[in-house]
Amino acid sequence: MTEQTTDSVYRTDALIAEDIDSYLETHQHKTMLRFITCGSVDDGKSTLIGRLLYDSKMIFEDQLEALSSDSKKVGTQGQEIDFALLVDGLAAEREQGITIDVAYRFFNTEKRKFIVADCPGHEQYTRNMVTGASTADLAVILVDARKGVLVQTRRHSYLCHLIGIKNIVLAVNKMDLVDYDQATFDKIVAEYSAFAEEIGIESFTAMPISGFKGDNITAASSENTPWYDGPSLVDHLEGVEVLSDVAADKPFRMPVQWVNRPNLDFRGFSGLIASGQVKPGDTVRALPSGKTSTVKSIVTFDGELDEAQAGQSVTITLEDEIDCSRGDVLCVADNPPETADQFEATLVWLNDEDMHVGRGYWLKLGTQTVSATVQQPKYRVDVNTMDELAAKTLSLNDIGVAEVYSDKPLVFEPYADNRTMGGFILVDKITNATVAAGMLNFSLRRSQNVHWQATDITREHHAGMKNQTPRVLWFTGLSGSGKSTIANEVEKKLALMNRHTFLLDGDNVRHGLNKDLGFTEADRIENIRRVGEVARLMTDAGLIVLTAFISPFRAERQMVRSMLEDHEFIEVFVDTPLEVAEERDVKGLYKKARSGQLKNFTGIDSPYEAPENPEITVNTVEMTPEEAADYIIQQILPLK
Amino acid sequence: MTATLTHLQRLEAEAIHIIREVAAEAEKPVMLYSVGKDSAVMLHLAKKAFYPSPPPFPLLHVDTTWKFKAMYELREKAAQDAGMELLVYQNPEAKERGINPFDHGPLHTDMWKTEGLKQALNHYGFDAAFGGARRDEEKSRAKERVFSFRTASHGWDPKNQRPELWNLYNAKKKKGESIRVFPISNWTELDVWQYIQLENIEIVPLYFSAPRPTFIYEGGLFMADDIERLEEVMGEKPEITTRSVRFRTLGCFPLTGAVESEASTLSEVIQETLLTTTSERQGRVIDKDAGGAGMEKKKQEGYF
Repeated sequence: MTEQTTDSVYRTDALIAEDIDSYLETHQHKTMLRFITCGSVDDGKSTLIGRLLYDSKMIFEDQLEALSSDSKKVGTQGQEIDFALLVDGLAAEREQGITIDVAYRFFNTEKRKFIVADCPGHEQYTRNMVTGASTADLAVILVDARKGVLVQTRRHSYLCHLIGIKNIVLAVNKMDLVDYDQATFDKIVAEYSAFAEEIGIESFTAMPISGFKGDNITAASSENTPWYDGPSLVDHLEGVEVLSDVAADKPFRMPVQWVNRPNLDFRGFSGLIASGQVKPGDTVRALPSGKTSTVKSIVTFDGELDEAQAGQSVTITLEDEIDCSRGDVLCVADNPPETADQFEATLVWLNDEDMHVGRGYWLKLGTQTVSATVQQPKYRVDVNTMDELAAKTLSLNDIGVAEVYSDKPLVFEPYADNRTMGGFILVDKITNATVAAGMLNFSLRRSQNVHWQATDITREHHAGMKNQTPRVLWFTGLSGSGKSTIANEVEKKLALMNRHTFLLDGDNVRHGLNKDLGFTEADRIENIRRVGEVARLMTDAGLIVLTAFISPFRAERQMVRSMLEDHEFIEVFVDTPLEVAEERDVKGLYKKARSGQLKNFTGIDSPYEAPENPEITVNTVEMTPEEAADYIIQQILPLK
Repeated sequence: MTATLTHLQRLEAEAIHIIREVAAEAEKPVMLYSVGKDSAVMLHLAKKAFYPSPPPFPLLHVDTTWKFKAMYELREKAAQDAGMELLVYQNPEAKERGINPFDHGPLHTDMWKTEGLKQALNHYGFDAAFGGARRDEEKSRAKERVFSFRTASHGWDPKNQRPELWNLYNAKKKKGESIRVFPISNWTELDVWQYIQLENIEIVPLYFSAPRPTFIYEGGLFMADDIERLEEVMGEKPEITTRSVRFRTLGCFPLTGAVESEASTLSEVIQETLLTTTSERQGRVIDKDAGGAGMEKKKQEGYF
């Protein structure tokens, strides 16, 4: 057992004994850093934390005594002290020898107080890791020197990156078990480097350590690793910038938690400042109302403040009586966040029950709570390979990207810019469970950021000159159902009627506009999105647009519908049973799909979601293409 | 021009944020007030959270009738200073059966505190209760959420806790269910002491050393706060010796071990705390009741 240090970076017992007041004075100016430790099962997370607590004397004699006896009973380190037992608190996990939940631990050094979230390595507990990571300034990713970068290392790194942790430490642990071999260390770092770059981690700090023996934990350049000249783990933890400092340099935002009104003469808005700074005299804006006023005072129990910054809980009074309540956001007047009700978001599913597409969940963001629905995921991410896969829903521990629609506008910022203004949870309305964590990426209508250039010749002018009403006839159906054939017939008939039309065909578009797209789920969705945008521009130009795409998912068709003016989108369901389409097999694709040469083929190994309420349905078993075309024309007339 | 906030400033801001969230989202919140130093800090934070208004919820003391006299004195004063209503609840069954720490052992805690708390919450219909527990106190506490959800029978299921992300707290619950909220979860004992010093918070004088009447019982050192009552339940008058003692934690006087100490000022108490090598809860008998998993088991049963 290592000698417990008394005069280390942690605390100076001599000073405490001699001059407690000057010791306290120093310690009142400590800052705070929150970090998480994660890694694979048995990488030594709990041992490392146990070591940090032990070295900083956060373990007391009686705990140590209990620990020694526990170590002999259930420990895995023979007669030596098993630090992991300190951290693995719950009885269930002591029996199983694994950590099953996030445990929060605390220790101090001369410079900082640290809050450590010990995150479980087991796959099924991804949700706990995301929980621990959400408040962390830094992540320590542990790798067993004997095993190198494992699938779980990759997963945890990806999750940390996803949650937006910028400070990543790659701690190559158990160096004592590889004889402190530099080549082993270098190899692991190189391997991790390649992976980090792949997923977009810009930088990380690698260090060789032994949690069990104590190498490079508190003191740098341990005798055992003369080849390592970087900082010790604790030195590094003391030096990195904390999140609230980063947030303080951003524009002012404060979600209003509570309106403080003790009497008619006082009306204060209370909240935790999410970002930026504020001082009396500043012009602020309340969102969503958009009303502006001037900060009169920043009121606290300890007197009025000259200024306040991100991370402080304050109460702000304004010069004017403006409408502002819980859920609103006070922000700097000339640089307000966006307000929107449709978003693209990255979701981490946290519940045993799968996500229900289209079901209403409570969405809580800052102090705003609204009802929201999640559309079918655009894709989910395989956290082991980072591949984007097709998904109909999200299950426990799944990560995916989906559109989220709220029933009221939300004041927000992209998560990458502001964690508080872009991070949200979803709550099941029946069970009240927290079912998902989400990060808003952007609003679907970015009108707040991109200003629309007004043009004098409007879409009404364009349509008027053509003497027609623009429409999008969106043909959807299985491959070989007859979409292109019927659309072509319809266009011919419309041309004879002097209508200005354009037919966007799936195959044709992929020769030009979308030739960069493949057939992955994400690409197929992007394919449809672009076609939707083009169709929209064409309706602006006054055209009647016909599109022929399988477009198997309701969510994408819904997305296009939502891009267009009301009543402009006409969904034409070309209803052909799979057997019929497969028998026709005009392009020989079904045959390929059946033999496994073609993956993700709609109807075979990828679903087709038939429209629920299409404006028009044509049955190609009962109708010829010509009859179908006539029927469609009748349905859309008069077109003026 | 921004200065990095100190750890105490950040802990304070976090606690105030939590307290305000509960006030905004719960239907009928209450602050559990045990008169100890952690409660004192929590009450102080509540005052700060709503200043210049008084906190918009009452204080609740789940009483065992066996607390130190000095605690009862401070209890009334603290509530009055904060401008808050003080509710005191004593389990009528425990009272009737004369449950006491000597004759009834673990039943004392179970009846007065665990049962008493459940009854009080049901009696008043509180759906959210603030508690001053900290994660550094004990192993199972380290894993508890800030918003700790309890079933209608007040049980805690450590495997079924709601994930808690960022500073977003889910306060939704069904009728009859309740939430225990721990605003100072992330504080350590030293943080609490430093904050008390910095903010000049009034605490029970028992935390400071003074000559007090003490007796030895089953190897522990206790204070004879109410000698007549002790004699009544112990069946004999314990041997009283005056010693210079103080308390690291406060509960029922026959269950709370004293430590011999000369630390009579806050600085000295902090000094002693820093240099000490035994953990805070050692003075309490409760953790050892059920072997290694004492507290965890108690919490599943509904203990705070």
